[in-house]
Amino acid sequence: MDKIQALPSRYPRLSPLSFVAWLTVAAVVIVSIGQVGPSFSQLADGVPGMMKLIDRMMPPNTDSEFLSRIGLRILETMQIALAGAAIGIVLSLPIGWLAAKGVSPVGRFSYFFKAFISFLRTVPDLVWALLFVVTVGLGAVAGTLTIIVDTIGFCGRFFAEAIESSEKDPQEALSAIGANKVSVLVGAILPDAAPPMINTSLFALEKAVRSSVVLGLVGAGGIGQELKAAFDLFQYANASMIIIVIFIIVLVMEYLTDQLRSRFQ
Amino acid sequence: MSHNNPDNHIVQIQGLTKSYGNANTVLNGINAHIKKGERVALIGSNGSGKSTLLKCIIGLHPFSNGEVKVMGETFNKTPSSKQRKNIRLKTGFIFQQHCLVRRRSVLSNVVHGMLGNKGSWRGFSHHTAPNEWRTNAMTALHKVNLSEKILNRADSLSGGQQQRAAIARALVRDPSLIIADEPAASLDPVAGKEVMSIFSELCKDNGITLLFTSHDMEHTLEFSDRVIALKNGVVHFDKSSDSVSDKDLEIVFNG
Repeated sequence: MDKIQALPSRYPRLSPLSFVAWLTVAAVVIVSIGQVGPSFSQLADGVPGMMKLIDRMMPPNTDSEFLSRIGLRILETMQIALAGAAIGIVLSLPIGWLAAKGVSPVGRFSYFFKAFISFLRTVPDLVWALLFVVTVGLGAVAGTLTIIVDTIGFCGRFFAEAIESSEKDPQEALSAIGANKVSVLVGAILPDAAPPMINTSLFALEKAVRSSVVLGLVGAGGIGQELKAAFDLFQYANASMIIIVIFIIVLVMEYLTDQLRSRFQ
Repeated sequence: MSHNNPDNHIVQIQGLTKSYGNANTVLNGINAHIKKGERVALIGSNGSGKSTLLKCIIGLHPFSNGEVKVMGETFNKTPSSKQRKNIRLKTGFIFQQHCLVRRRSVLSNVVHGMLGNKGSWRGFSHHTAPNEWRTNAMTALHKVNLSEKILNRADSLSGGQQQRAAIARALVRDPSLIIADEPAASLDPVAGKEVMSIFSELCKDNGITLLFTSHDMEHTLEFSDRVIALKNGVVHFDKSSDSVSDKDLEIVFNG
């Protein structure tokens, strides 16, 4: 009779190299926490400070004149988000197409468009906002430009992926018929890629609302500007009202885009 | 014999050889022709080079040696882009998988058949297409008995209906030649037979030349005028469908 094989060990043997690697990672994490993480005493001291701040924030300012001023700023914030996201989504279409591997009309050069989109995405939105504030000046236009760039960085990538993974057979059928690249795009690719693209666009809109709220911190228009002013001038009652309003807006926006998304599935 | 009068030939293939690298020769000196209005079946076991031959004829695959003449365009290896365009404008294609755009209406899919013609940018949807194209599409859909379904989404149709829509898409451009690669292979036997008979009738009635490949011997004999059998990269036999015997077929697929 054949002998039954010996039991395998429960855990794979750790090679010396991976042991050292694990040890290094652990050391780096622990040292980092030690250097920049909050200590217990700091946390203990922070709690009363936080309590004091919350106490000064209460009750939120409900003065009607203040509320109407915030209302206008909110309107501006929404406009920045909508205009920026709309323009960004429209621009993402051709850029995503150019970046889509195997479909792009520029062939191998699609790589450059991918890299371009990655570049737009890797630079954080607040940094773009700072750049645009310097170039076009303080205010909502800088905010809109920021959202456009941010949206292209986000939608461009996912549009390209949706286009790449769209069904190939109908595209080949249309090319065989003699359709040019644009006809194949509009006739076969976009109908197939529409659901994921609509999904991405709604996420982009949600993202745009969230980032348009903070853009004001660096002077690019919207409600963030009021928030920064309130903190700078120690008007904590105003700040708390603004935070509540922002919270409501983002919540409503998420709810709306969720609803729309489920409709387009 | 009119059989050999080249003026009558819509497709003429002379010494066509196609090899991948040095070792792998798929087609080795194919000579064949197809007359106007003829319905020709191309048969052979898997890997015998049927699909490759179809693709060489329409210029989708370059071939290594020989000459192909299709509707007046003569080319070696691969057609020029102008020749390719001329050939494709007069050719309808049917694929094994119907290859319709799923989320579009049947009508839009049939209008797609006009893409490649002048003003083709309007052909991506029936909403934007010129009225003439829409009318052509409706006529083609009527011919394949799909008039009831024109605004349904393509993926809501059964397999047989989808393949009929694909036939309408090929018909809409009023082709002289239809090339079909296993048109019934993805369908159940009943739908397959229905599709083949609609197909073959339409070609006969409209004087369209038909070249199709098939694994189904019943289809091959019933719906073609002539059978060309490929075996090991050469033409094994080329004779009228009436004279093909069971033994002939057995040798092609087994012997």
